[in-house]
Amino acid sequence: MSRRLIALALVFALCALGYVFVDAAGPWDFILPYRLTKLAALLLVGVALAVATVMFQTITANRILTPSLMGFDALYILILTALVHSLGSAGFAGLSPALLFGLNLSAMMALGLLLFAVLLRLAGGDMVRLVLSGIVIGLLIRAATEYLQRLIDPSEFQTVQSQSFARFTQIDGTLLAISAVAVAVGVGMAWHLRHRLDVLSLGEVAATGLGEPPARLHRLSLLVICLLVASATSLAGPLASGNSGPSSFFGLIVTAFAHIVTPSHRHAILLPSAALIGGIVLVGGQFLMERLFHLSTPLTVVIELIGGAVFLYLLLKRRAA
Amino acid sequence: MRWRGASGVDPVRALGAAVLVGLILLSLALGASSLSLHDLLLTPEGRALALESRVPRTFAALLAGAGLAVSGQVMQVLARNRFIEPMTAGAGQSAALGVLLCTVYLPAAAIGVKMGAAALAALAGSLGLMALIRPLPPTQPLLVPLVALVYGGVIGAVVTFVAYQGDMMQFLGTWLTGELSGVLRGRYELLWIAALASGVTYLIADRLSLLALGEDAARALGLNVGLVTAAAVAAVSVVTAMVVVTLGAIPFVGLVVPNLTTRLTGDNLRQALPLTALFGAVLVLAADVLGRVIRAPYEVPVATTIAVIGATAFVILLNRGRSGV
Repeated sequence: MSRRLIALALVFALCALGYVFVDAAGPWDFILPYRLTKLAALLLVGVALAVATVMFQTITANRILTPSLMGFDALYILILTALVHSLGSAGFAGLSPALLFGLNLSAMMALGLLLFAVLLRLAGGDMVRLVLSGIVIGLLIRAATEYLQRLIDPSEFQTVQSQSFARFTQIDGTLLAISAVAVAVGVGMAWHLRHRLDVLSLGEVAATGLGEPPARLHRLSLLVICLLVASATSLAGPLASGNSGPSSFFGLIVTAFAHIVTPSHRHAILLPSAALIGGIVLVGGQFLMERLFHLSTPLTVVIELIGGAVFLYLLLKRRAA
Repeated sequence: MRWRGASGVDPVRALGAAVLVGLILLSLALGASSLSLHDLLLTPEGRALALESRVPRTFAALLAGAGLAVSGQVMQVLARNRFIEPMTAGAGQSAALGVLLCTVYLPAAAIGVKMGAAALAALAGSLGLMALIRPLPPTQPLLVPLVALVYGGVIGAVVTFVAYQGDMMQFLGTWLTGELSGVLRGRYELLWIAALASGVTYLIADRLSLLALGEDAARALGLNVGLVTAAAVAAVSVVTAMVVVTLGAIPFVGLVVPNLTTRLTGDNLRQALPLTALFGAVLVLAADVLGRVIRAPYEVPVATTIAVIGATAFVILLNRGRSGV
């Protein structure tokens, strides 16, 4: 297993090197800091979402759910819209990046915890109902957001729209530093919980029998998940193409690959493996799209496409089994 | 309590029709230039305005609403599942893909060609969905809408991808968000084809009701299952494609309305379909009128309003089913 992790690390290093050094037209003292910033942002987002998804799948005992699928990304745009709505675009533009990040983070954590609590209660252990309710509530949040956006001034609407696609081109340095700290805290907590998550993945009964009451760990894990997803989304915008249908399947692709490359139930292996694959998918994908194919399409659209197909495959395969 | 259909004036239909008439009058009276109904009908300029813009717009809402609601009900029979409707389940996105590909590769194509491309793409999309959900076990009814929504999302991602590569992103909104503000005389008549297609489903309503019993039972009762299914899928695809081509996608009408009417009439489609068409027209027209009033002179697209209503209703339906089980 550890050899596979090393192999993944090597692949990631190759992607990162390719991303930074291939196809440079311009002076290095401009390109290098620019690309390194983008690389750091991609890596942070990839790792945060991968770790969050692994934890989420463990606490909901399934392999096809992701936090984004449950409408979490949609919350981000809703919060942005509400902020622009209440402050006006001038007031919104006056917020410092750090303050905006803090507002976003706290609002997303509060709303996200509420959302998950409601969903988990509604579903009552029925996984299909959980996923479906999550997707539909995601659609509802998105629809409500769009409605709100139509009610605000067209010029203020522009402000929201420019922020509502995942973007890695204009990363603010301060923002990057703050979210790096937040993600580091989240990942550190996840790593600290790894053995307890192993126990939880045995099932609720077994976990209770082994002295690990699931309810408390669920709450703690949800907190970590919200922290990770919220910081990733506040940094880069939501990883969803946003037009219609369910939101991004990035986490799903990552965990599906992690289970294939490192087939293990131990979080000590799954967490780093998923984190590395998350980095590979985002950095490598961006490398392919930008440098090799010169496509103008955002990576998120392709992820949505492939991820949706993977989701359908996993869902139907699970049925057949 | 189930009331008897057919004979006599039943209260629900009468109420529905009255609301519809009221909405039609409102829709005719509302617009950027404020004219009273009296002016609209009796002055020459008023009549010209009405014929050019307000009557077409009202008709477009009525036809689209009725057609979408009916096609949703038919699709629910075909899939034997209450939580599915064509616009969000791949047919709508496929139709958009058809128009988009046509616009990118055959920019000079006539509207008829685009319409045909949209209808064919919607047909292919619906058939693909049918093939996907066919093997799903009937014991897990929520699996069908889940697969359908994700399937629709995947096709939607293909649409976004093609739009980016073809530099068509700004047009995408017109097909993915249905709105009526651009409807003028000469720009909505395709919807009559949708109305025709929904009319066809009424002609085969009894056969579709048999189909709802299950394919084996229907076959044993002497039904040509293949032919009826093909006709129904074709009708659903045509309605969806025509609405997408003329107005853009309007989600959830086909989900919310049939679930409401079958609560009133039961599963007999001959009774349910007219009521479904009526309620569908009421829903879309009401959403359009609301969208015109709430932030005049700007407008909220009808699809946005209905998405909020529809998604809320979907969440309620999902959890209502649960307490019923």
